[in-house]
Amino acid sequence: MTALAFDPSDLWARLFSFENYGEILALVQNSILAAAVLGVVGGLIGVFVMQRDMAFAVHGISELSFAGAAAALLFGVNVVVGSVVGSLIAALLIGGLGAKARDRNSITGVLMPFGLGLGILCLALYPGRSGNQFGLLTGQIVSVDSPQLGALVVISALVLVVLMLIWRPLSFDSLDSDVAAARGVPSGVLSVVFMVLLGLTVAVSVQIIGALLVLSLVVTPAAAALRVSASPVMVPLLSVTFGVVSAVGGILLALGGSLPISPYITTISFLIYLVCRVAGRRRVSRRVHA
Amino acid sequence: MSGTAAASAPVLQVEGGSLRFGQRVLWDELDLSVARGEFLAVLGANGSGKTSLLKAILGQLALSEGQIRVSGRPVRRGDRSIGYIPQQRLIPAGTPLRARDLIGLGIDGHRFGLPLPSRGKRERVDALLGEVGATSYADEPVGSLSGGEQQRLRVGQSLASDPVMLLCDEPLISLDLNHQRAVSELIDRRRRDDGTAVVFVTHDINPILPMVDRVLYLADGRFLTGTPDEVLRSEVLTALYKTPIEVIRAAGQVIVVGVPDQHGHHGPAGHEHGTEATA
Repeated sequence: MTALAFDPSDLWARLFSFENYGEILALVQNSILAAAVLGVVGGLIGVFVMQRDMAFAVHGISELSFAGAAAALLFGVNVVVGSVVGSLIAALLIGGLGAKARDRNSITGVLMPFGLGLGILCLALYPGRSGNQFGLLTGQIVSVDSPQLGALVVISALVLVVLMLIWRPLSFDSLDSDVAAARGVPSGVLSVVFMVLLGLTVAVSVQIIGALLVLSLVVTPAAAALRVSASPVMVPLLSVTFGVVSAVGGILLALGGSLPISPYITTISFLIYLVCRVAGRRRVSRRVHA
Repeated sequence: MSGTAAASAPVLQVEGGSLRFGQRVLWDELDLSVARGEFLAVLGANGSGKTSLLKAILGQLALSEGQIRVSGRPVRRGDRSIGYIPQQRLIPAGTPLRARDLIGLGIDGHRFGLPLPSRGKRERVDALLGEVGATSYADEPVGSLSGGEQQRLRVGQSLASDPVMLLCDEPLISLDLNHQRAVSELIDRRRRDDGTAVVFVTHDINPILPMVDRVLYLADGRFLTGTPDEVLRSEVLTALYKTPIEVIRAAGQVIVVGVPDQHGHHGPAGHEHGTEATA
């Protein structure tokens, strides 16, 4: 009976606890709203991230977004602003210097450790509490205050509206850039707009789920949806559903316990992907036998 | 009035066109006119400026000198009266589009705004699917289709805006013989039925030889135009390249031997096995 031993029943209680659930729920309403909106935006933009082969670039952008947020924390500026600035610089650099996938991967690989290092430097110099610091890397939505949550929702809504407006030309450009250009799609402008939207989405995600885990809301839901459908209507709908279920479901499960929400979100999102992979394999083999 | 003027003007007209990159001259003083329903093959070694010519016609590349007109008007980007068929590049599995969606992009893929479905568009897509013989796989994911099937869809996509001219950039490359024939016949039928002019860039004229009205042959900054019989001759190409070239005709195929600077295996109109057959 030593206090140090690892007790499985205690672990279960720490993982899932629903005491005073109603009261806690009321406190985090805004966080849940922000997570739901991010689930929608991440699910939609993820469809294009997959088509344009940009998953690694997303990870690179999120590390520079982390650096921007950490710098903002150090200099006492609004953290959301710092995160957005870092994201946009990274997104435009990667978009501008990496038109081809190979160039993009190398420029991302170069930027990513630099951003992470810069962020760690800023955090090390920051005299405040360490709890805030790790939040930027692994998620801190419950500690984000209301005005900032409002900013996150507004940014997400803006991304959503612009993404819907450029949906068709962006699909065309992602499929066949040459043909789209011949048809009058302004490919260059569209690529820049897309990188800005991606940068904004990543900046919001960093606040909610943390820089290291952004991919679980921006890439995993779309990757899962693409496993089970090829319809241009079903894929975005499924991807959005998976994103919202992961983000909101993760918060709801995590609320009662004392653990951070990120592992709940990443696990749900991963499990959805696994299920879709298995279901997708069945779909493919049926077509082959047909 | 202007309508009749446009109808009588050649579909494509190049006047004194030159394209230079620094010191390198791709072509100089190019005069070319393509009439309604005409099938022009553009031949030449790699790097002779075939694809650049297409880009200039699409308004994506400015000429160094001269001008290009389409239906009597100067070229402009995104001209809906030009259809464009690219080289076959396999669309990866996991692309969230079905065959009908790829054709649909040809109809409204350039438009901004919410993509709402409409009955008119659906009927147009169904008609185009039928025209290129793709109805049986209309709802399959494009990533699961063969290269030949995907290329049929690209023909359908290029026809969506009812173009007066089709620009084809090596559309048969890496297709097997059956699909080469099928795709080139789709293009040929379109120009016979609707009078659509065809400018067809290729390194191998044989799959389209029976359809070609005229050839534009680009070589070392010089060029020649004429019917295949006029241009594809030993003495003519020897004079163009200023080096001995031999043109061999056998079993309805044309084989050009001895073209310099062709970067290995892609001769203008020759096959490696063709060269062996002459040895």
